[in-house]
Amino acid sequence: MRPDDVLRFGGRALTSARGRTWLMLLAMAIGVAAVVVLTALGDGARRYVSNEFSSLGTHLLVMLPGRTETSGAAPPLVGGTPRDITLEDVRALQRAREIRLLAPIVVGSAPVSHKQLERESTILGSTAAMLDIRNLELASGRFLPDDDLLHAAPLAVLGAKLKQHLFGNQPALGEWIRLNDRRYRVIGVLKPMGESIGVDIGDVAIIPAASAQALFDTESVFRVLIQADGRERIGQAKAAALAIMKDRHNGEEDVTVITQDALLATFDGIFQTLTFSVVGIAAISLGVAGILIMNVMLVSVSQRTAEVGLLKALGGRERQILWLFLVEAGLLSLAGAALGLLLALAGVWGLGRTLPELPLVVPPWSIAAALLVSLGTGLLFGVLPARRAARLDPVFALNRR
Amino acid sequence: MIRLEGIERLFQVGDEQVHALRGVDLTLEAGEYVSLMGPSGSGKSTLLNVLGLLDRPNAGRYWFEGIDTAELAEERRADLRRDRIGFVFQSFHLIGRLTARENVELPLMLAGIAPAERHARASKVLDALGLEDRADHRPDQLSGGQRQRVAIARATILEPALLLADEPTGNLDKHSSADVMRVLEELNQSGLTLVVVTHDPEVGERARRRIHMEDGAIVSG
Ligand SMILES: Nc1ncnc2c1ncn2[C@@H]1O[C@H](COP(=O)(O)OP(=O)(O)O)[C@@H](O)[C@H]1O
Ligand SMILES: [Mg+2]
Repeated sequence: MRPDDVLRFGGRALTSARGRTWLMLLAMAIGVAAVVVLTALGDGARRYVSNEFSSLGTHLLVMLPGRTETSGAAPPLVGGTPRDITLEDVRALQRAREIRLLAPIVVGSAPVSHKQLERESTILGSTAAMLDIRNLELASGRFLPDDDLLHAAPLAVLGAKLKQHLFGNQPALGEWIRLNDRRYRVIGVLKPMGESIGVDIGDVAIIPAASAQALFDTESVFRVLIQADGRERIGQAKAAALAIMKDRHNGEEDVTVITQDALLATFDGIFQTLTFSVVGIAAISLGVAGILIMNVMLVSVSQRTAEVGLLKALGGRERQILWLFLVEAGLLSLAGAALGLLLALAGVWGLGRTLPELPLVVPPWSIAAALLVSLGTGLLFGVLPARRAARLDPVFALNRR
Repeated sequence: MIRLEGIERLFQVGDEQVHALRGVDLTLEAGEYVSLMGPSGSGKSTLLNVLGLLDRPNAGRYWFEGIDTAELAEERRADLRRDRIGFVFQSFHLIGRLTARENVELPLMLAGIAPAERHARASKVLDALGLEDRADHRPDQLSGGQRQRVAIARATILEPALLLADEPTGNLDKHSSADVMRVLEELNQSGLTLVVVTHDPEVGERARRRIHMEDGAIVSG
């Protein structure tokens, strides 16, 4: 028998039993669509987190007060009362050769006003190095000056949104704004940027770290961003930073240094597991589709018993009849998979519109996997009915009505 | 051409054994026209199925064109059915979703013959049976007589040596019956060995040789 005839015969059998065929197509399509959409979602979530972290800048380490037992996974939840990190500590850290750049971060929130306009914004206290460490870009003016860490200069750099809110399209450079009751001169405006780890960089005012400490009446630093002197020196930078802090804090290691790689690896691992388990769930729905295909094919074989008997009387070999039914199941699964892929693409497109911040792409491997798995399922579950057909006794089959 | 010796066929029905064929001896010469008659349940269909290699006897020997069929593998038996034997059934056994032409082409398709050649050969046979303008009709668009002629076209397209018909006129009116019998007899006249199972004496008596069966055994002929 010619392969094209086998295909055509199977196709005709499927198109002539519409109800049955649609039912099986739908089952397969839903299974395949589930696999593809869920992988896209899992993959999208992983990319989202990974993008968020890489927007922090490369070979970055983050130092925070307090000590965690597990290295790098999460910030401390409980602990004694760790000693604060101070600007003097930061100055000491600057002397480490393994550290290229260092930016303390003091965070708070305060009303920012210019003339009658006011807006509650996030205030970041930092230094000139923050520009490079966080990959910020200026739309106009300049960033914080690279002068003494302890000097509380009344200067401010505004995020794009905040500038727009306070000044509209008027120039802001050189103007004075108020944070609480202190006055700061605007020296720069940032380019519009997206979010970065939960902080809307458009809606901030960045002032010198010492100014922020004065503003919020604190001696402590919230985080220290450390950029190692090259990717391969991340480990050394971490060790050096910890050693310096230990030395300054009476031999007590009461700070935590998180490396971006460790964080990323953790999240990567979590999302990989998530993706796989989600795919596992989807695979179960494919299995259900397979069982449905098997049952409907079994019904089809028993309804077509006389046809099988006839084919045998006409000289059809067992193997040919096996192929006829297997190919039918295979065609069905491929058509179902194709329909499922269309469904999935539509679904991913729809999800992409509702969750624009998720970078949703259908990974090519998931399409290949879905096609293969559905074809595999169809054939696997098609074997039993096809074997039953091929082994029918022709006399019995011909007389079955 | 065909020789049967001591053919037995037993069916197990519950605890009971049904003796469908008992000690059947039969010889058919090439080109013969034979009718197989007898009461219902006398074993006519069972004998026909054995002759057509659809069923295997429990005992006895069967030579088909000099070949001892007991030694044949199932695949070889299928090939012989395809190339040397044609079947015609009371209920036609046409595939409803296929056109008359496609039904006729089925043996050619199973034999792996290319579509163009199939088309030409099917046209020839359909023409010969007066079905040229019915080729693209599906079975439910044909009359009983036309359906049986399509089935005969299918049974003979590979030019078999033996044509087996089990109650070929059982579902047909008088007019169509005569029509179908005439077609079968024309085929016989061109050399085909023809065996017709019937319980209609009028049909059976047309054959040159009449075999009567009773209770699984040949009683005359
Ligand atoms: N597959 C079968 N299983 C059990 N008994 C059968 C089977 N086929 C035929 N028989 C029995 O064998 C006998 C002969 O049947 P059959 O050849 O169909 O008779 P006929 O065609 O002459 O009416 C009957 O008693 C029938 O019930
Ligand atoms: Mg019968």
